[in-house]
Amino acid sequence: MLSEVKFTLNGKKIIYQGDPLRRLLDVIREDLGFTGTKEGCSEGECGACSVIKDGRLVTSCIIPIGACNGSDILTIEGIRDTEKGECIVSAFAEGGAVQCGFCIPGMVMAAYYLLENNPNPTEEEIRMGISGNICRCTGYDLIVDSIALAAKKGAELWKK
Amino acid sequence: MSYTKISDKIERVDARTKARGEAMYVCDMTLPNMLYAYMVRSTCPRGKILKIDVPNLPKGYKFITADDIPQKGNNELWMISKDWRAFAKDYVLYVGETIGLLVGPDRTVLKYLRDNIHIEYEPEEPAVTIDDGIASKGGPMFPEKGNNVFCSLHCEKGRPMEEVFREADEIFEETLETGYQEHVHLETNGAIVTMEDGKFVFYASAQCPFYIRKSIAGLLGISTDDIVVRQCTTGGAFGGKEHFPDVLCGPLLVAENVIRKPIKLIFDREEDTQFSVKRHPSKCVYKTALKDGKIIGMDAKVYYNVGAYLSSSFVVLQRGIFHANGVYNIPSTHLVGEGIGTNTFPTCAFRGFGAPQTIFAVETHMDHIAHHLGVDPLEFKKDYIIKQGEETVTNGHIIEEVKLPEMLDVVTKEADYWRKAKEYTPGCGKGIGISMYLHGGAFTGNGEQAIIKAHARLVRTGDRVRIEVGSTEMGQGFQTTLRKIAANTLQLPIENIDYNNPDTSKVVDSGPTAASRSTMIVGKLVERAAEEMKRRWDEGDITTEVEYEHPEGYPWDQSTFRGDAYLGWGWGVACVEVEVDKLTNEVKTVGIWTSHDIGHPIDELIVHGQVNGGIIQSLGYASMEKLENKNGFFRQKRMSDYVIPTSMDFPRQFYHLQENPYPWGPQGAKGMGELVFNGADAAYVDAVERALGTTFNSIPIPPEDIEEALKKNAQ
Repeated sequence: MLSEVKFTLNGKKIIYQGDPLRRLLDVIREDLGFTGTKEGCSEGECGACSVIKDGRLVTSCIIPIGACNGSDILTIEGIRDTEKGECIVSAFAEGGAVQCGFCIPGMVMAAYYLLENNPNPTEEEIRMGISGNICRCTGYDLIVDSIALAAKKGAELWKK
Repeated sequence: MSYTKISDKIERVDARTKARGEAMYVCDMTLPNMLYAYMVRSTCPRGKILKIDVPNLPKGYKFITADDIPQKGNNELWMISKDWRAFAKDYVLYVGETIGLLVGPDRTVLKYLRDNIHIEYEPEEPAVTIDDGIASKGGPMFPEKGNNVFCSLHCEKGRPMEEVFREADEIFEETLETGYQEHVHLETNGAIVTMEDGKFVFYASAQCPFYIRKSIAGLLGISTDDIVVRQCTTGGAFGGKEHFPDVLCGPLLVAENVIRKPIKLIFDREEDTQFSVKRHPSKCVYKTALKDGKIIGMDAKVYYNVGAYLSSSFVVLQRGIFHANGVYNIPSTHLVGEGIGTNTFPTCAFRGFGAPQTIFAVETHMDHIAHHLGVDPLEFKKDYIIKQGEETVTNGHIIEEVKLPEMLDVVTKEADYWRKAKEYTPGCGKGIGISMYLHGGAFTGNGEQAIIKAHARLVRTGDRVRIEVGSTEMGQGFQTTLRKIAANTLQLPIENIDYNNPDTSKVVDSGPTAASRSTMIVGKLVERAAEEMKRRWDEGDITTEVEYEHPEGYPWDQSTFRGDAYLGWGWGVACVEVEVDKLTNEVKTVGIWTSHDIGHPIDELIVHGQVNGGIIQSLGYASMEKLENKNGFFRQKRMSDYVIPTSMDFPRQFYHLQENPYPWGPQGAKGMGELVFNGADAAYVDAVERALGTTFNSIPIPPEDIEEALKKNAQ
C-alpha cells in the first residue's frame, strides 16, 4: 500500500510517496539525506534520533511516516544555524559535553526543546529534560552543565 | 585559540562538527552502487551443521560463506592467535557465530531472505557458565587436553603459601563473581568495503585500523598492503571495537573478493547487543591468611569466561592477575588465573581489560575481612596500601610515589566519610562506601618495545604540521590531546596542527588505541618527534619520525610474568553514598566523590569528562547492567532490557586530580581512560552492604538481586 504524506522538514515542504509504515527516521536519513539524526536503539529508548515534531520532542525511530501528514518537523540541520541552535552548540563545545558525539545531535534537540519551554531550568529539570537521551561516554554532568551554560548565555534568546 | 598551560581547558577540535550533526560516522556514508549485507548467524550454541537451505536468490543477491574463501586463503581471523573462524563451517560453537553474509541491493529483500534461510543442526550439550566450562560440560572443548582451559598463568610473591597458611590463626575464604557487561557504544558496529585501484578499502568504526589489516589478510592469502583501512568518526568503543571489527571486516573482505562492489554492513542494536563481544564474567576464589588480625598472605584463583574463541582473553586474564591484589602490598601471595572456554559469544576487551573484575573482588574481599574483624573497612585497608619501591605481585617494584594517602584525605574530607561511616550504623538504610584502585598504563612489561614497536611521524608544510599516527579518536579526546602536545612542544597555535582519522596507507603504525596507552605512549612519541622538528626548524619542510624506546633498568620476562609489569600506574579513590528503600530495595545514590592520580592532565576538561563517564559506567556495572546467558542465548537483547544509566540515575560527582607528573609521559601524563572504570563498583557495593547490614558476593546488584541476597543471608 502506498500513500502520500505532506509535511514540512526544516521549513521545506516535502511530499512523500511510499509505504506509510516507513519510519520517519529512515525518511529523514535515507530519503532526504539528513544524517545528523542518528539511529541508536531502534525502539525509542536512547533518544539519538530525537527530532521536534509539531513542537514536541519525539524519537523518530518509532514514528511511521504515515503519522506525519501535515506535520512540521525540525531536525538538527534545521536548528544548528539558528541563533538558538548556535547557542547550544557553542555551550556544548565550551562545556565539554561532547565525547564520541553519537548521542549529541539528539541531545542538542532535547536541550533546545527544554530551553524553548523552560528558559531557566534547575539542574533537576535539565536532568529530567535529557532523561530520554542516553549517553555512554560522559556520565552526563558536563552535558547538564553545558545546557545550564546555554540557558545563561542565551538568556533573552530563550524568552522569545 | 590561545592557552598558557598544557592542562588548561580548550574547546575540543571535534566538538562543533559532532554537535552540529556534521561528523560522518560509517552509518552516514553511502557510496555509488552500494550493496548491503546482513549476517546469517548460528542459532545453536554447540553442534554440527547438517544442512543449510538457502531460498532461490534473486539476481544481484549472493550468500557468501566459508566456501567463498579462495584456495590460498585460510578461514581464520588473526587477532592474537588464529582460532576465530571468519565463517563457521561444519560445526558451530556459539549462538551468533557468523555462518554467512547475505549481500544485495535491497534491505527489505535481504531481511526476507535472511529470515528464510534454514539451517539444520545436530545440537550438542553446551557449556555456558564458568562452572560448566570447568566441568567440561558436554565434553571438553580441547579433547587433546581433556578440558576447556584456553589459557592460564600464575604469579607468586613472598613465602610459600602452605607455610603462610600453616602459620595463620584464621583463614578467610570467599568467592566473588562479576557478570557480563555490554559496551553499548551508542554507535553500533559497522563497516563498508569497496575497491580502489585494485586494493580492498574499508571504512570502519574501529579503534585499531592496523589490527583489521593484519587480522583479515590471510582470508584471501594477500598482503596487508593490499588492504587499506580508513577509520570513520567512531561513536564510542570502550574496547568493543578493538578486535571485534575484524569479525565484520573478514566476511566483508571475502564477499568483496567475489562481488567487487561497495558493500555496507551495519549492525542494528539487537544484533550489537546479542552478537558482539562482552566483558568477561569472572569467578574469583580469595583465601586470606590472618594472624593477630593482620593479613599475612593471600591466595586467589581467578576464572574468566572466555567464550568460544580466545581473541584477546589471555592478555585480559594476565591483566586481571597483575591487578588481583589491588592497591595493596600483601607480604605473600599466590595468584592463579584460568581462561575458561564456553559455548557463548567470545568475550574481549572492555575498558579496564580484566582489571575491574579482580579489583572488585579484592576490594570487596578486604571490606568483608574488615567487617568480620569489626573495624572500619577504610581503617583496615589503608594499612596495606603499597608504597614506592615495594614489591608488586609480579616481583617488580612500584616506581612512582604512591599518593593514595593524600587522595584519601581529599575524598574523606569532601565526603565527610569518617563521620558518616560511624553514624550510619549497619542496616540503617544509609551507607557510605569507599574503594581504592589502580591501573597499569600501556602494554605490559616491555610489550611496547618487543611487540608493538610504535612509531609516530610529523610532517611539516610551511607553518603547518601534520601528525601521522594510526591511533584513533573514539570519543576520548585523542584528536585534541595529541594536537595540544604537538602544538605545545612546537610552540605553534593548535590550529596549525593537523590530524586526520587514520588511513593505514598514509600513516605509520603507532599501535592499537587500547590499554590507556595513546596519550602516555603515542603522545610521548609525538612529543619527541616535535622536539626534533623544533630543533631542526631551520631546515624547512621536514618529516620527523620516532620509534618507542623502553627505559633501561626495568626488566620484564613475558614467559614467567616476572618483573616490572608497568612503569606507571594510575591511582584512584572513589567514595559513594547511598540510601536504600528497605521495602523495595531501590538504591538511591546521593553522593559520589573521586580523586585520581593520572600524572599530569593534558586537558582538564577532557579528563573531567573521562572521569565522569568511567565512574558512571562502573556504577552501572555494579547496580543495573544485568546481562544473563541462558542455554547459550543472551536474555537481554536490546536497550529496553539491558539498561544503562540515564541522567537521572546518579548525582553530580565531586572530582579531584592528584598531581604526580610521570617522567616518561608527555608533559607528565599517564594513562587514565581505563583507571576511572576500575573501582567505583566496589565503593557502591560497600555502601549498599553497610546500608543494609549484609554482604554481597557478586555484581550487578539490581533490587531483585538485593532481595535475593537478603533472603539468603537471613537463612
